[in-house]
Amino acid sequence: MSPLTDAAVERLRIAAHRPQMPSDRYAITGEIGRGGMATVYAARDTTLGRDVAIKVVNAVASPASEERLAAESRVLARLEHPGIVPVHDAGRLLDGRPFYVMKRVHGRTLTDYLREESDLGERLRVFERACEATAFAHANRILHRDLKPDNIMIGAFGEVMVMDWGVAKSLDSSVMGSGVILRNSKNDSRPHYKTDHGTVLGTPGFMAPEQAEGDVDDLDARADVYSLGAILATMVVGDVRALRSVCARAMATNRDERYPSVAALREEIARFRAGRAVAAHQETALEKAGRIARVYRMPILLVLTYMTMRALVAIIAGW
Amino acid sequence: MPGFPATRHSVIERMRTADEGARGQAFGDLVHGYWKPLHRYLCLHWHLSEDEAEEATQAFFTDAFQREWLARYDPEKARFRTFLRVCADRFVLNRRQAAARIKRGGGVETVSLEAQGELAAELASQPDAESLFKREFVRALFERALHDLRTECEHADKGLHFVLFERYDIEPADDVSYAALAREFGLTQAQVTNNLAQIRRRFRECAIDALRSLCASDDEFRREAAELFGVDPT
Repeated sequence: MSPLTDAAVERLRIAAHRPQMPSDRYAITGEIGRGGMATVYAARDTTLGRDVAIKVVNAVASPASEERLAAESRVLARLEHPGIVPVHDAGRLLDGRPFYVMKRVHGRTLTDYLREESDLGERLRVFERACEATAFAHANRILHRDLKPDNIMIGAFGEVMVMDWGVAKSLDSSVMGSGVILRNSKNDSRPHYKTDHGTVLGTPGFMAPEQAEGDVDDLDARADVYSLGAILATMVVGDVRALRSVCARAMATNRDERYPSVAALREEIARFRAGRAVAAHQETALEKAGRIARVYRMPILLVLTYMTMRALVAIIAGW
Repeated sequence: MPGFPATRHSVIERMRTADEGARGQAFGDLVHGYWKPLHRYLCLHWHLSEDEAEEATQAFFTDAFQREWLARYDPEKARFRTFLRVCADRFVLNRRQAAARIKRGGGVETVSLEAQGELAAELASQPDAESLFKREFVRALFERALHDLRTECEHADKGLHFVLFERYDIEPADDVSYAALAREFGLTQAQVTNNLAQIRRRFRECAIDALRSLCASDDEFRREAAELFGVDPT
Protein backbone atom coordinates (compact mmCIF):
# COMPACT_ATOMS: atom_id res chain seq x y z
CA MET A 1 0.00 0.00 0.00
CA SER A 2 1.38 3.42 -0.93
CA PRO A 3 1.82 5.90 1.92
CA LEU A 4 -1.25 7.88 2.85
CA THR A 5 -1.21 11.47 1.68
CA ASP A 6 -1.41 14.28 4.24
CA ALA A 7 -4.96 15.00 3.09
CA ALA A 8 -5.96 11.36 3.53
CA VAL A 9 -4.46 11.32 7.04
CA GLU A 10 -6.49 14.40 7.94
CA ARG A 11 -9.70 12.90 6.54
CA LEU A 12 -9.09 9.71 8.50
CA ARG A 13 -8.40 11.69 11.63
CA ILE A 14 -11.76 13.40 11.24
CA ALA A 15 -13.47 10.09 10.45
CA ALA A 16 -11.93 8.47 13.52
CA HIS A 17 -12.78 11.49 15.66
CA ARG A 18 -16.48 11.10 15.01
CA PRO A 19 -18.42 10.13 18.12
CA GLN A 20 -19.80 6.64 18.48
CA MET A 21 -23.54 7.07 18.73
CA PRO A 22 -25.46 4.54 20.81
CA SER A 23 -27.57 3.57 17.81
CA ASP A 24 -27.53 3.89 14.03
CA ARG A 25 -30.36 6.40 14.07
CA TYR A 26 -28.03 9.37 13.73
CA ALA A 27 -25.34 9.15 11.05
CA ILE A 28 -22.62 11.75 11.50
CA THR A 29 -21.81 13.37 8.17
CA GLY A 30 -19.31 16.05 9.11
CA GLU A 31 -18.00 18.49 11.65
CA ILE A 32 -19.63 21.91 11.97
CA GLY A 33 -17.52 23.47 14.67
CA ARG A 34 -15.14 22.64 17.48
CA GLY A 35 -14.66 24.53 20.74
CA GLY A 36 -12.69 23.96 23.89
CA MET A 37 -15.62 22.26 25.59
CA ALA A 38 -17.65 20.63 22.85
CA THR A 39 -17.89 19.83 19.16
CA VAL A 40 -20.95 20.19 16.96
CA TYR A 41 -21.40 17.61 14.20
CA ALA A 42 -23.67 17.58 11.19
CA ALA A 43 -25.73 14.41 11.10
CA ARG A 44 -28.64 12.72 9.41
CA ASP A 45 -31.58 11.44 11.39
CA THR A 46 -32.17 8.25 9.42
CA THR A 47 -35.47 7.55 11.17
CA LEU A 48 -37.13 10.85 10.34
CA GLY A 49 -35.02 11.58 7.26
CA ARG A 50 -33.87 15.04 8.23
CA ASP A 51 -30.61 16.86 8.87
CA VAL A 52 -29.75 17.57 12.48
CA ALA A 53 -26.82 18.87 14.51
CA ILE A 54 -25.33 16.93 17.41
CA LYS A 55 -23.37 18.59 20.16
CA VAL A 56 -20.91 16.36 22.01
CA VAL A 57 -18.60 17.09 24.93
CA ASN A 58 -14.95 16.76 23.92
CA ALA A 59 -13.11 13.85 25.48
CA VAL A 60 -10.40 16.18 26.69
CA ALA A 61 -12.85 18.59 28.30
CA SER A 62 -13.18 18.79 32.07
CA PRO A 63 -15.72 16.54 33.83
CA ALA A 64 -17.71 19.65 34.69
CA SER A 65 -18.24 20.19 30.98
CA GLU A 66 -20.34 17.04 30.81
CA GLU A 67 -22.74 18.41 33.36
CA ARG A 68 -22.78 21.75 31.55
CA LEU A 69 -23.79 20.10 28.29
CA ALA A 70 -26.51 18.06 29.96
CA ALA A 71 -27.74 21.22 31.66
CA GLU A 72 -27.66 23.10 28.36
CA SER A 73 -29.92 20.50 26.77
CA ARG A 74 -32.35 20.82 29.66
CA VAL A 75 -32.37 24.60 29.35
CA LEU A 76 -33.01 24.41 25.61
CA ALA A 77 -35.80 21.92 26.15
CA ARG A 78 -37.47 24.49 28.39
CA LEU A 79 -37.16 27.27 25.85
CA GLU A 80 -39.56 26.51 23.02
CA HIS A 81 -39.35 29.64 20.89
CA PRO A 82 -38.86 30.26 17.15
CA GLY A 83 -35.65 32.14 17.93
CA ILE A 84 -34.08 29.38 20.03
CA VAL A 85 -32.80 26.19 18.45
CA PRO A 86 -35.03 23.27 19.50
CA VAL A 87 -33.63 20.09 21.08
CA HIS A 88 -34.87 16.85 19.53
CA ASP A 89 -33.08 14.24 21.58
CA ALA A 90 -30.38 13.71 24.18
CA GLY A 91 -28.34 10.79 25.46
CA ARG A 92 -24.88 9.37 25.97
CA LEU A 93 -22.31 8.09 23.50
CA LEU A 94 -21.00 4.56 23.80
CA ASP A 95 -18.05 5.96 25.76
CA GLY A 96 -20.42 7.67 28.20
CA ARG A 97 -20.10 11.26 27.09
CA PRO A 98 -23.38 13.19 26.91
CA PHE A 99 -24.73 14.58 23.66
CA TYR A 100 -27.85 16.26 22.46
CA VAL A 101 -29.46 16.48 19.07
CA MET A 102 -30.84 19.78 17.82
CA LYS A 103 -32.23 21.34 14.71
CA ARG A 104 -29.61 21.93 12.05
CA VAL A 105 -29.59 25.64 11.35
CA HIS A 106 -28.46 26.39 7.82
CA GLY A 107 -27.30 29.95 7.79
CA ARG A 108 -24.55 32.30 8.82
CA THR A 109 -23.49 33.95 12.02
CA LEU A 110 -24.31 37.57 12.68
CA THR A 111 -20.60 38.29 12.23
CA ASP A 112 -20.74 37.01 8.65
CA TYR A 113 -24.16 38.52 8.04
CA LEU A 114 -22.93 42.00 8.94
CA ARG A 115 -20.17 41.76 6.35
CA GLU A 116 -22.78 41.33 3.64
CA GLU A 117 -25.87 43.19 4.84
CA SER A 118 -25.46 46.96 5.07
CA ASP A 119 -29.12 48.02 5.30
CA LEU A 120 -29.71 49.40 8.77
CA GLY A 121 -33.42 48.60 8.78
CA GLU A 122 -32.76 44.94 7.99
CA ARG A 123 -30.01 44.78 10.59
CA LEU A 124 -32.34 46.19 13.24
CA ARG A 125 -35.00 43.62 12.31
CA VAL A 126 -32.46 40.90 13.06
CA PHE A 127 -31.53 42.59 16.32
CA GLU A 128 -35.16 42.77 17.41
CA ARG A 129 -35.60 39.06 16.76
CA ALA A 130 -32.52 38.28 18.88
CA CYS A 131 -33.94 40.47 21.63
CA GLU A 132 -37.27 38.64 21.49
CA ALA A 133 -35.60 35.25 21.92
CA THR A 134 -33.51 36.53 24.81
CA ALA A 135 -36.50 38.18 26.45
CA PHE A 136 -38.39 34.88 26.18
CA ALA A 137 -35.53 33.11 27.97
CA HIS A 138 -35.56 35.78 30.66
CA ALA A 139 -39.30 35.24 31.10
CA ASN A 140 -38.35 31.62 31.80
CA ARG A 141 -35.70 32.79 34.27
CA ILE A 142 -32.74 31.86 32.07
CA LEU A 143 -29.82 34.23 31.39
CA HIS A 144 -27.76 33.56 28.28
CA ARG A 145 -24.53 35.24 29.52
CA ASP A 146 -22.59 34.71 26.30
CA LEU A 147 -24.40 36.84 23.75
CA LYS A 148 -22.16 37.94 20.92
CA PRO A 149 -22.38 38.11 17.11
CA ASP A 150 -20.95 34.61 16.69
CA ASN A 151 -23.78 33.18 18.81
CA ILE A 152 -26.57 34.61 16.67
CA MET A 153 -27.46 32.80 13.46
CA ILE A 154 -29.45 34.13 10.54
CA GLY A 155 -31.08 31.38 8.52
CA ALA A 156 -31.59 31.14 4.79
CA PHE A 157 -35.11 32.56 5.10
CA GLY A 158 -34.18 35.39 7.44
CA GLU A 159 -35.02 33.55 10.64
CA VAL A 160 -32.91 34.58 13.60
CA MET A 161 -31.69 32.08 16.20
CA VAL A 162 -29.85 32.70 19.44
CA MET A 163 -27.34 29.86 19.79
CA ASP A 164 -24.91 28.35 22.28
CA TRP A 165 -26.62 28.32 25.65
CA GLY A 166 -23.71 26.39 27.14
CA VAL A 167 -22.94 28.98 29.78
CA ALA A 168 -26.53 30.02 30.46
CA LYS A 169 -27.53 30.55 34.04
CA SER A 170 -30.85 29.57 35.47
CA LEU A 171 -32.20 31.81 38.13
CA ASP A 172 -33.76 28.61 39.47
CA SER A 173 -30.69 26.90 40.87
CA SER A 174 -32.30 23.47 40.53
CA VAL A 175 -31.94 23.56 36.76
CA MET A 176 -28.29 24.35 36.36
CA GLY A 177 -25.35 25.78 38.20
CA SER A 178 -24.11 29.28 38.42
CA GLY A 179 -20.83 29.03 36.55
CA VAL A 180 -19.04 32.08 35.37
CA ILE A 181 -17.49 32.36 31.95
CA LEU A 182 -13.73 32.54 32.02
CA ARG A 183 -11.66 33.28 29.00
CA ASN A 184 -7.92 33.16 28.77
CA SER A 185 -7.52 36.08 26.47
CA LYS A 186 -9.24 38.22 23.92
CA ASN A 187 -8.30 35.77 21.18
CA ASP A 188 -9.37 32.69 23.09
CA SER A 189 -13.11 32.38 22.72
CA ARG A 190 -13.26 29.01 24.47
CA PRO A 191 -15.41 29.24 27.55
CA HIS A 192 -14.19 27.84 30.83
CA TYR A 193 -16.22 27.55 33.96
CA LYS A 194 -15.57 28.53 37.46
CA THR A 195 -17.91 29.16 40.29
CA ASP A 196 -15.50 30.98 42.53
CA HIS A 197 -16.52 34.52 43.18
CA GLY A 198 -14.45 37.31 41.68
CA THR A 199 -12.01 35.45 39.44
CA VAL A 200 -13.11 36.21 35.92
CA LEU A 201 -11.32 37.44 32.84
CA GLY A 202 -13.91 38.71 30.43
CA THR A 203 -13.99 38.81 26.67
CA PRO A 204 -13.60 42.49 26.04
CA GLY A 205 -16.60 44.08 24.47
CA PHE A 206 -19.55 41.78 25.04
CA MET A 207 -19.48 40.93 28.74
CA ALA A 208 -21.11 43.16 31.33
CA PRO A 209 -18.69 44.66 33.87
CA GLU A 210 -20.38 42.97 36.83
CA GLN A 211 -20.11 39.60 35.05
CA ALA A 212 -16.47 40.22 34.23
CA GLU A 213 -15.85 41.00 37.88
CA GLY A 214 -17.30 37.65 38.92
CA ASP A 215 -20.52 38.72 40.59
CA VAL A 216 -21.87 35.23 40.05
CA ASP A 217 -24.74 35.31 42.47
CA ASP A 218 -25.89 38.78 41.64
CA LEU A 219 -26.26 38.64 37.86
CA ASP A 220 -29.60 39.49 36.35
CA ALA A 221 -31.16 40.21 32.98
CA ARG A 222 -29.24 43.46 32.70
CA ALA A 223 -26.05 41.50 32.03
CA ASP A 224 -27.65 40.28 28.78
CA VAL A 225 -28.92 43.82 28.12
CA TYR A 226 -25.30 44.96 28.19
CA SER A 227 -24.23 42.23 25.73
CA LEU A 228 -27.07 43.08 23.37
CA GLY A 229 -26.08 46.74 23.55
CA ALA A 230 -22.54 45.74 22.58
CA ILE A 231 -23.92 43.67 19.70
CA LEU A 232 -26.09 46.59 18.59
CA ALA A 233 -23.01 48.81 18.54
CA THR A 234 -21.46 46.50 15.94
CA MET A 235 -24.62 46.68 13.83
CA VAL A 236 -25.18 50.41 13.69
CA VAL A 237 -23.82 51.97 10.54
CA GLY A 238 -23.39 55.68 9.99
CA ASP A 239 -23.83 58.52 12.41
CA VAL A 240 -27.18 57.57 13.88
CA ARG A 241 -27.00 59.45 17.15
CA ALA A 242 -30.25 58.06 18.52
CA LEU A 243 -29.01 54.50 18.17
CA ARG A 244 -25.63 55.41 19.62
CA SER A 245 -27.50 56.71 22.65
CA VAL A 246 -29.45 53.45 22.88
CA CYS A 247 -26.17 51.52 22.82
CA ALA A 248 -24.68 53.79 25.47
CA ARG A 249 -27.65 53.28 27.74
CA ALA A 250 -27.70 49.50 27.26
CA MET A 251 -23.97 49.38 27.98
CA ALA A 252 -23.93 51.68 30.99
CA THR A 253 -21.28 50.60 33.47
CA ASN A 254 -23.79 51.02 36.27
CA ARG A 255 -26.49 48.50 35.50
CA ASP A 256 -29.11 50.64 37.23
CA GLU A 257 -28.68 53.07 34.36
CA ARG A 258 -29.32 50.42 31.70
CA TYR A 259 -32.65 49.37 30.28
CA PRO A 260 -34.32 47.34 33.00
CA SER A 261 -35.05 44.48 30.63
CA VAL A 262 -34.31 43.16 27.14
CA ALA A 263 -37.97 43.76 26.32
CA ALA A 264 -37.47 47.47 27.08
CA LEU A 265 -34.43 47.55 24.82
CA ARG A 266 -36.39 45.85 22.05
CA GLU A 267 -39.23 48.35 22.40
CA GLU A 268 -36.72 51.18 22.07
CA ILE A 269 -35.48 49.71 18.77
CA ALA A 270 -39.07 49.22 17.61
CA ARG A 271 -39.74 52.89 18.34
CA PHE A 272 -36.69 53.88 16.31
CA ARG A 273 -37.74 51.72 13.38
CA ALA A 274 -41.24 53.25 13.49
CA GLY A 275 -39.71 56.72 13.34
CA ARG A 276 -40.63 57.64 16.87
CA ALA A 277 -38.29 59.28 19.38
CA VAL A 278 -36.25 56.94 21.57
CA ALA A 279 -36.17 57.48 25.31
CA ALA A 280 -32.38 57.25 25.53
CA HIS A 281 -31.73 60.24 23.31
CA GLN A 282 -32.57 63.92 23.82
CA GLU A 283 -33.21 65.19 20.31
CA THR A 284 -32.21 68.63 19.06
CA ALA A 285 -34.82 70.56 17.09
CA LEU A 286 -32.95 69.78 13.88
CA GLU A 287 -32.84 66.06 14.64
CA LYS A 288 -36.53 66.09 15.47
CA ALA A 289 -37.33 67.86 12.20
CA GLY A 290 -35.21 65.40 10.29
CA ARG A 291 -36.86 62.42 11.93
CA ILE A 292 -40.34 63.77 11.26
CA ALA A 293 -39.35 64.52 7.70
CA ARG A 294 -38.20 60.92 7.25
CA VAL A 295 -41.39 59.52 8.79
CA TYR A 296 -43.75 61.76 6.85
CA ARG A 297 -41.67 61.89 3.73
CA MET A 298 -44.47 60.87 1.38
CA PRO A 299 -47.20 63.22 2.68
CA ILE A 300 -44.67 66.07 2.76
CA LEU A 301 -43.64 65.30 -0.80
CA LEU A 302 -47.29 65.25 -1.89
CA VAL A 303 -48.01 68.58 -0.19
CA LEU A 304 -44.88 70.14 -1.69
CA THR A 305 -45.81 68.84 -5.11
CA TYR A 306 -49.34 70.15 -4.73
CA MET A 307 -48.09 73.58 -3.63
CA THR A 308 -45.60 73.71 -6.47
CA MET A 309 -48.31 72.87 -8.97
CA ARG A 310 -50.61 75.50 -7.49
CA ALA A 311 -47.83 78.05 -7.75
CA LEU A 312 -47.15 77.11 -11.36
CA VAL A 313 -50.86 77.33 -12.22
CA ALA A 314 -51.06 80.74 -10.57
CA ILE A 315 -48.01 81.96 -12.48
CA ILE A 316 -49.36 80.67 -15.80
CA ALA A 317 -52.80 82.16 -15.10
CA GLY A 318 -51.13 85.52 -14.30
CA TRP A 319 -49.67 85.68 -17.79
CA MET B 1 -4.65 -8.67 14.79
CA PRO B 2 -1.10 -9.86 15.37
CA GLY B 3 1.05 -8.43 18.05
CA PHE B 4 -1.61 -6.44 19.90
CA PRO B 5 -1.43 -6.97 23.60
CA ALA B 6 -4.51 -8.53 25.09
CA THR B 7 -4.18 -6.50 28.27
CA ARG B 8 -3.51 -2.88 28.98
CA HIS B 9 0.17 -3.51 29.72
CA SER B 10 2.24 -0.90 27.96
CA VAL B 11 4.96 -1.78 25.53
CA ILE B 12 7.58 -0.54 27.99
CA GLU B 13 6.14 -2.62 30.83
CA ARG B 14 6.31 -5.69 28.62
CA MET B 15 9.90 -4.88 27.66
CA ARG B 16 10.81 -4.83 31.34
CA THR B 17 9.46 -8.27 32.16
CA ALA B 18 11.74 -11.18 33.01
CA ASP B 19 10.14 -13.30 30.28
CA GLU B 20 12.52 -13.12 27.36
CA GLY B 21 9.84 -14.16 24.89
CA ALA B 22 7.49 -11.42 26.09
CA ARG B 23 10.32 -8.90 25.87
CA GLY B 24 11.03 -9.91 22.30
CA GLN B 25 7.35 -9.72 21.40
CA ALA B 26 7.09 -6.26 22.93
CA PHE B 27 10.15 -5.10 21.07
CA GLY B 28 8.69 -6.50 17.86
CA ASP B 29 5.50 -4.51 18.41
CA LEU B 30 7.54 -1.40 18.99
CA VAL B 31 9.63 -1.85 15.87
CA HIS B 32 6.53 -2.67 13.85
CA GLY B 33 4.86 0.54 14.96
CA TYR B 34 7.80 2.92 14.83
CA TRP B 35 9.82 1.65 11.86
CA LYS B 36 7.95 3.58 9.18
CA PRO B 37 7.64 6.90 11.00
CA LEU B 38 11.28 6.77 12.05
CA HIS B 39 12.43 5.88 8.55
CA ARG B 40 10.44 8.75 7.01
CA TYR B 41 11.58 11.11 9.73
CA LEU B 42 15.23 10.32 9.03
CA CYS B 43 14.65 10.97 5.32
CA LEU B 44 12.81 14.24 5.85
CA HIS B 45 14.55 15.72 8.86
CA TRP B 46 18.09 14.40 8.41
CA HIS B 47 17.92 14.31 4.62
CA LEU B 48 19.12 10.71 4.42
CA SER B 49 18.48 8.76 1.25
CA GLU B 50 15.93 5.94 1.38
CA ASP B 51 18.71 3.37 1.69
CA GLU B 52 20.67 5.35 4.27
CA ALA B 53 17.52 5.88 6.34
CA GLU B 54 16.67 2.18 6.16
CA GLU B 55 20.13 1.20 7.28
CA ALA B 56 20.11 3.80 10.07
CA THR B 57 16.65 2.71 11.27
CA GLN B 58 17.78 -0.91 11.32
CA ALA B 59 20.96 -0.04 13.20
CA PHE B 60 19.05 2.12 15.66
CA PHE B 61 16.59 -0.60 16.63
CA THR B 62 19.34 -3.22 16.74
CA ASP B 63 21.33 -1.03 19.12
CA ALA B 64 18.22 -0.42 21.22
CA PHE B 65 17.48 -4.14 21.45
CA GLN B 66 21.02 -5.23 22.21
CA ARG B 67 21.71 -2.58 24.83
CA GLU B 68 18.11 -2.50 26.14
CA TRP B 69 18.19 1.23 26.71
CA LEU B 70 14.57 1.74 25.59
CA ALA B 71 13.45 -0.13 28.71
CA ARG B 72 15.07 2.60 30.80
CA TYR B 73 12.64 5.21 29.45
CA ASP B 74 11.23 7.46 32.17
CA PRO B 75 7.64 8.57 31.45
CA GLU B 76 8.04 11.46 33.89
CA LYS B 77 10.43 13.22 31.52
CA ALA B 78 8.72 13.05 28.13
CA ARG B 79 6.22 11.09 26.13
CA PHE B 80 7.66 7.95 24.63
CA ARG B 81 7.39 9.18 21.05
CA THR B 82 9.49 12.24 21.88
CA PHE B 83 12.02 10.13 23.76
CA LEU B 84 12.39 7.80 20.81
CA ARG B 85 12.85 10.65 18.36
CA VAL B 86 15.47 12.34 20.51
CA CYS B 87 17.32 9.05 20.81
CA ALA B 88 17.20 8.65 17.05
CA ASP B 89 18.51 12.19 16.57
CA ARG B 90 21.38 11.44 18.91
CA PHE B 91 22.03 8.14 17.19
CA VAL B 92 22.37 9.83 13.80
CA LEU B 93 24.62 12.51 15.29
CA ASN B 94 26.83 9.85 16.91
CA ARG B 95 27.22 8.04 13.63
CA ARG B 96 28.11 11.22 11.80
CA GLN B 97 30.66 12.21 14.42
CA ALA B 98 32.13 8.71 14.38
CA ALA B 99 32.40 8.78 10.60
CA ALA B 100 34.16 12.15 10.77
CA ARG B 101 36.66 10.85 13.35
CA ILE B 102 37.45 7.83 11.24
CA LYS B 103 38.05 10.13 8.29
CA ARG B 104 40.48 12.12 10.46
CA GLY B 105 42.14 8.88 11.61
CA GLY B 106 40.74 8.88 15.15
CA GLY B 107 38.94 6.11 16.99
CA VAL B 108 35.21 5.72 17.41
CA GLU B 109 33.65 7.19 20.55
CA THR B 110 29.97 7.11 21.27
CA VAL B 111 27.95 8.53 24.09
CA SER B 112 24.98 6.94 25.76
CA LEU B 113 21.79 7.62 23.83
CA GLU B 114 19.65 8.07 26.89
CA ALA B 115 22.06 10.39 28.69
CA GLN B 116 22.28 13.27 26.33
CA GLY B 117 21.63 16.13 28.71
CA GLU B 118 21.67 19.47 27.02
CA LEU B 119 21.69 18.24 23.45
CA ALA B 120 18.65 16.06 24.01
CA ALA B 121 16.81 18.91 25.65
CA GLU B 122 17.69 21.12 22.74
CA LEU B 123 16.48 18.59 20.20
CA ALA B 124 13.32 17.89 22.16
CA SER B 125 12.48 21.55 22.07
CA GLN B 126 12.55 21.67 18.27
CA PRO B 127 8.89 22.06 17.39
CA ASP B 128 9.44 21.32 13.71
CA ALA B 129 11.14 18.00 14.36
CA GLU B 130 8.52 17.02 16.94
CA SER B 131 5.57 17.84 14.73
CA LEU B 132 7.25 16.15 11.76
CA PHE B 133 7.79 12.95 13.72
CA LYS B 134 4.26 13.07 15.12
CA ARG B 135 2.85 13.51 11.63
CA GLU B 136 4.74 10.46 10.42
CA PHE B 137 3.76 8.52 13.54
CA VAL B 138 0.07 9.21 12.89
CA ARG B 139 0.44 8.36 9.22
CA ALA B 140 2.03 5.01 10.07
CA LEU B 141 -0.59 4.37 12.76
CA PHE B 142 -3.41 4.95 10.30
CA GLU B 143 -1.73 2.85 7.61
CA ARG B 144 -1.41 0.01 10.07
CA ALA B 145 -5.03 0.38 11.17
CA LEU B 146 -6.17 0.46 7.55
CA HIS B 147 -4.17 -2.67 6.78
CA ASP B 148 -5.76 -4.49 9.72
CA LEU B 149 -9.19 -3.21 8.78
CA ARG B 150 -8.86 -4.26 5.15
CA THR B 151 -7.79 -7.76 6.19
CA GLU B 152 -10.64 -7.99 8.64
CA CYS B 153 -13.19 -6.82 6.07
CA GLU B 154 -11.94 -9.32 3.52
CA HIS B 155 -12.26 -12.18 5.99
CA ALA B 156 -15.70 -11.03 7.15
CA ASP B 157 -17.03 -10.62 3.61
CA LYS B 158 -17.37 -6.87 4.15
CA GLY B 159 -15.27 -5.76 1.22
CA LEU B 160 -17.96 -3.32 0.15
CA HIS B 161 -17.73 -1.54 3.49
CA PHE B 162 -14.04 -0.98 2.93
CA VAL B 163 -14.56 0.16 -0.65
CA LEU B 164 -17.10 2.74 0.52
CA PHE B 165 -14.65 3.88 3.19
CA GLU B 166 -11.90 4.23 0.60
CA ARG B 167 -14.11 6.07 -1.81
CA TYR B 168 -15.63 8.48 0.71
CA ASP B 169 -13.04 9.02 3.45
CA ILE B 170 -9.61 8.01 2.21
CA GLU B 171 -9.28 9.21 -1.38
CA PRO B 172 -12.60 10.78 -2.34
CA ALA B 173 -13.39 12.16 -5.76
CA ASP B 174 -14.38 15.82 -5.85
CA ASP B 175 -18.05 15.05 -6.43
CA VAL B 176 -18.38 12.13 -4.03
CA SER B 177 -21.58 11.94 -2.02
CA TYR B 178 -23.63 9.34 -0.19
CA ALA B 179 -26.22 9.57 -2.94
CA ALA B 180 -23.63 9.02 -5.70
CA LEU B 181 -22.14 6.00 -3.89
CA ALA B 182 -25.62 4.58 -3.34
CA ARG B 183 -26.38 4.84 -7.04
CA GLU B 184 -23.04 3.35 -8.06
CA PHE B 185 -23.26 0.34 -5.75
CA GLY B 186 -27.01 -0.23 -5.93
CA LEU B 187 -27.61 0.66 -2.30
CA THR B 188 -29.99 2.97 -0.53
CA GLN B 189 -28.56 6.15 0.91
CA ALA B 190 -29.39 4.87 4.38
CA GLN B 191 -27.33 1.71 3.70
CA VAL B 192 -24.35 3.81 2.63
CA THR B 193 -24.76 5.94 5.73
CA ASN B 194 -24.92 2.93 8.03
CA ASN B 195 -22.07 1.08 6.34
CA LEU B 196 -19.82 4.10 6.60
CA ALA B 197 -20.75 4.65 10.23
CA GLN B 198 -19.84 1.03 11.01
CA ILE B 199 -16.56 1.04 9.13
CA ARG B 200 -15.47 4.36 10.64
CA ARG B 201 -16.20 3.01 14.09
CA ARG B 202 -14.19 -0.11 13.35
CA PHE B 203 -11.35 1.94 11.88
CA ARG B 204 -11.12 3.92 15.07
CA GLU B 205 -11.09 0.74 17.13
CA CYS B 206 -8.25 -0.61 14.98
CA ALA B 207 -6.32 2.64 15.30
CA ILE B 208 -6.86 2.74 19.06
CA ASP B 209 -5.66 -0.85 19.36
CA ALA B 210 -2.58 0.01 17.35
CA LEU B 211 -1.99 3.11 19.44
CA ARG B 212 -2.29 1.17 22.69
CA SER B 213 0.54 -1.11 21.68
CA LEU B 214 2.82 1.84 20.97
CA CYS B 215 2.40 3.91 24.11
CA ALA B 216 4.63 3.58 27.10
CA SER B 217 1.94 3.83 29.75
CA ASP B 218 -1.82 3.83 30.18
CA ASP B 219 -1.70 7.50 31.02
CA GLU B 220 0.16 8.30 27.82
CA PHE B 221 -2.23 6.09 25.88
CA ARG B 222 -5.23 7.99 27.22
CA ARG B 223 -3.68 11.35 26.41
CA GLU B 224 -2.76 10.26 22.89
CA ALA B 225 -6.21 8.75 22.29
CA ALA B 226 -7.91 11.92 23.46
CA GLU B 227 -5.67 14.03 21.26
CA LEU B 228 -5.95 11.90 18.14
CA PHE B 229 -9.50 10.57 18.38
CA GLY B 230 -11.30 12.72 20.93
CA VAL B 231 -12.07 9.73 23.12
CA ASP B 232 -11.21 8.54 26.58
CA PRO B 233 -10.52 4.83 26.06
CA THR B 234 -10.97 3.90 29.71
